[in-house]
Amino acid sequence: MPIRVNDTEVPAPEDARVSLLDLLREHLHLTGTKKGCDQGACGACTVLLDGNRVLSCLTLAAQAEGREVRTIEGIAGAAGELHVLQRGFVEHDGLQCGYCTPGQICSAIAMAEELRRGDPSYVTPDIAAGPAAVTREEIRERMSGNLCRCGAHNGIVEAIEAMLAETAA
Amino acid sequence: MTPLCYVRAGDRADALARVVNGARCLGGGTNLVDLLRQNVEQASELVDVSRLDGDVRESDGGELFIDAAVTNAALAAHPLVRRRYPVLARALLAGASAQIRNMATVGGNILQRTRCMYFYDVDGARCNKRQPGAGCDAREGFDRYHAILGASDQCVATHPSDMCVALAMLDAVVHLSGPGGDRSVPLTDLHVLPGATPQVETVLQPGELITGVELPPPSDAMVRSDYRKVRDRSSYAFAVVSVAGGLGLAEGRVREARIALGGVAAKPWRARRAEAALIGLAPTPEALLAAIREELADARPLSGNGFKIGLVERTVVAVLTTLAGARA
Repeated sequence: MPIRVNDTEVPAPEDARVSLLDLLREHLHLTGTKKGCDQGACGACTVLLDGNRVLSCLTLAAQAEGREVRTIEGIAGAAGELHVLQRGFVEHDGLQCGYCTPGQICSAIAMAEELRRGDPSYVTPDIAAGPAAVTREEIRERMSGNLCRCGAHNGIVEAIEAMLAETAA
Repeated sequence: MTPLCYVRAGDRADALARVVNGARCLGGGTNLVDLLRQNVEQASELVDVSRLDGDVRESDGGELFIDAAVTNAALAAHPLVRRRYPVLARALLAGASAQIRNMATVGGNILQRTRCMYFYDVDGARCNKRQPGAGCDAREGFDRYHAILGASDQCVATHPSDMCVALAMLDAVVHLSGPGGDRSVPLTDLHVLPGATPQVETVLQPGELITGVELPPPSDAMVRSDYRKVRDRSSYAFAVVSVAGGLGLAEGRVREARIALGGVAAKPWRARRAEAALIGLAPTPEALLAAIREELADARPLSGNGFKIGLVERTVVAVLTTLAGARA
């Protein structure tokens, strides 16, 4: 079964040890997805698998067979217009070195969908009811799997707040 | 990582046949892929069981049956889990990150290995769990994340799961399939203490596969329950200690108490002595403290983790005091 990457079908690698991250970067030359720790601790390699955020470093490429992968290269519009969150990162200084940014953006796009579904987080007071309001605390908890070594977290949270406000309007 | 082959299980029988022949089960891969890459473990064949049945269903008797391939994220978001077993939803959400919870399965969570750094340090540290008889560098090492209960001279590692602490509290039963047929084991009996054989972590027999987890119909203390995780940063870190607690009250006195501890032992630690000590009492901070102190009477901290005793005491008192004040 092929893997669909940003709407293009690609074959799974022959060597079962190849991670989805290495498939993207080394085989397909989609170098937007970054390799930070390569052990599931930093979130830089976050991509969307069937719409859900996952770590591509701990996913074997073979596990993605028959599934849809979306990377940072597939986030902007067809004519190259930036996604609302990409614009937000620019406007709110959501980055310094930029290495964690592709993972942050993929992660936050999926996070917005989780919020829309009403999924609770660890800091949601009423687990059964789900999040009543999208507080900064909620956003920080939900984005805790994406580290930013430069410390641009305040700008990242502001960019996400702007996206949520714009898409809710 | 040494060369290996990857096969996707067509169905459970296919998976079982491959496991009997020595294949390792791959769920989400969030722990196993890392272990293989670090050469802590080796495998010649991986059988991917993550696409087998992944349902959560309620029985006529009110039990909840959770297939092993259900992801941690799906289980935490499930309406019945959130309403009837909030401790389980909160524990799942305390674990790892959203990305990892989307990948990790219930079966894999149960069978994940310790995060003891000496266990992972293949080139630099001795570890009896990784290489029986080699010695344990954790005992005289950095032991902040290590056990205070049930450890041995051979191993002081802790089980890292949050989910399992809640499952222990809830009297969850684990369903297994193997060459000898199907059987079920209470979660609290599935993991074993290290003793002289720390490489043996569960009662699973060779060729056995976890097929699911069953929760009993919700009691008062399961519905009025919560999970608190104490860690070195406020999110995305393993527990220093954690507490799953539940209370059933009648006329202001404890009729049912449920307490399980994480971060203190090689298995999720059900605090039955503390639970028994609370029955019939008003859940005051003093009574709660006395009860958890009975449980911790056997604690044997290492040189650097004696603080866990006081931390467990305060966390248990905080969780159960809050529950006592909460409307059921």
